[in-house]
Amino acid sequence: MKRIIAGVRKLGNHTINLVWRIGMATHFFVLTLRFSGTSFARFRLTIRELFFSGVMSLIIILVAGLFVGIVLGLQGYETLKRYGSESALGTLVALSLVRELGPVLSALLFASRAGSAMTAEIGLMKATEQIDAMEIMAVNPIARVVAPRFWAGVISMPLLAALFSAMGVFGGYMVGVVMIGVDAGSFWSQMQASVDFEHDIMNGVIKSFVFGVAVTAIALFEGYDAPPTAEGVSGATTRTVVQSSLAVLLLDVILTAIMFRGE
Amino acid sequence: MSSQTLVELRDVNFAYDNRPILKGINMDFPKGKLVAIMGLSGCGKTTILRHIGGVLNPTKGHVKVDGQILHELDRLGLYEMRRKMGMLFQFGALFTDMSVYDNVAFQMREHTDLPEEIIRDMVMMKLRAVGLYGTQDLMPAELSGGMARRVALARTIALDPMLIMYDEPFAGLDPISLTVVGNLIRRLNDALGATSIIVTHDVQESLKIVDYVYFVSDGAIIAQGTAADIIASEESFVRQFVHGEMDGPIPFHFKGGNYQQDLRLRA
Repeated sequence: MKRIIAGVRKLGNHTINLVWRIGMATHFFVLTLRFSGTSFARFRLTIRELFFSGVMSLIIILVAGLFVGIVLGLQGYETLKRYGSESALGTLVALSLVRELGPVLSALLFASRAGSAMTAEIGLMKATEQIDAMEIMAVNPIARVVAPRFWAGVISMPLLAALFSAMGVFGGYMVGVVMIGVDAGSFWSQMQASVDFEHDIMNGVIKSFVFGVAVTAIALFEGYDAPPTAEGVSGATTRTVVQSSLAVLLLDVILTAIMFRGE
Repeated sequence: MSSQTLVELRDVNFAYDNRPILKGINMDFPKGKLVAIMGLSGCGKTTILRHIGGVLNPTKGHVKVDGQILHELDRLGLYEMRRKMGMLFQFGALFTDMSVYDNVAFQMREHTDLPEEIIRDMVMMKLRAVGLYGTQDLMPAELSGGMARRVALARTIALDPMLIMYDEPFAGLDPISLTVVGNLIRRLNDALGATSIIVTHDVQESLKIVDYVYFVSDGAIIAQGTAADIIASEESFVRQFVHGEMDGPIPFHFKGGNYQQDLRLRA
């Protein structure tokens, strides 16, 4: 009986903590939006963060995009050849990338490259009292530290996803047209004919924007909420990668269900 | 509150999760004076400092700075008040992604519209005041502990605050840096006409420079007076603390249950 009571108590405690954390994260997100004025009024603060989260993520995004495009080209050709539709390779590569793989994979890579760095940086700033120092100097740390990073993440995510997709298409072209010998004209013309700007590209952009908001908000909250110890910061960094990856995949399910219902 | 008092704490109580940290603290910090709050680690000294900075609010009582009760101020009012304060954190809390120059210039850029040439001159003056002119291009990682503390001090006094708070300014410093930082604190207090509050457990260094001392133990004031009063005090806690004695009311052993029983020994 005691064990059951202890178990129920533990479960209740866990639930209360979870609800509490969700509430804190929501409050933090609202504060970030509320104090975002500085990020635009002093846009150089945001540009600096764009460099760290966006430009510094370029290499991993471009290389990964190229590899994914190459694999898509090889796998797609194999499958399409069975139905005699090799000429549709451009369509397959482009739609896969623009609708799904570009936004999702670049968001996952962004979470592990830039998201973890944001969490660790803010967690360490807190551990070394830099956040407290800012507060005592009458400078709002949410406006000065958090909001510029948030908007940098939100702005850079769709751009990185677009570059990922572009590199992927290039990879697919290299494999399909240059190496295997699919006709270049049909590769590009079928792609052009079947990829719709609004339905495919804009939906992909919306996805990557939503992923950018989710990943950056999780990374910043985890950093700001991290206990000021080595274990605290390392735990927060791990949580950022795990939670934002799961959030991206869950949001992808929801957004795909809304955007592409087989109509 | 007398017009000569800049900071006043009245019956300040504070608790974390129903665990009392401060118990009815009454303190006065007169204008232009350098006052120390001393006590063992974990006695509530830094919590008092955080109340004066408006980072924490008392569960009972009030903290009044320059005639205003801090917990009654809204966010903007509190920020306005904090612009008149400076705080030196235990390990400096320098912004590690900024150079020494940018650290010292930080508040000037955030709170004033001064042109960069004037900011530059002011930064050089502040660095000169702490003896570190010439280090402006270095990054915090390139500084020794004592130098980092002095750069943080230059940043603290960047806008000539009326109140300067020091959280353990002597912790982890070598003997030379200790004397340098101690003298700087006294000299800056007098030169700026500021009021300074030092939280420390470094008795020898702080008693050389302070005007008044509060001794805190277990969240309450147990002794107070001038440096001479404290040195001459017969109060057992103060004696043990000031002279670093092993025997006294502060036990060496943590209250950890029955040791002999734990080792299955007969009493």
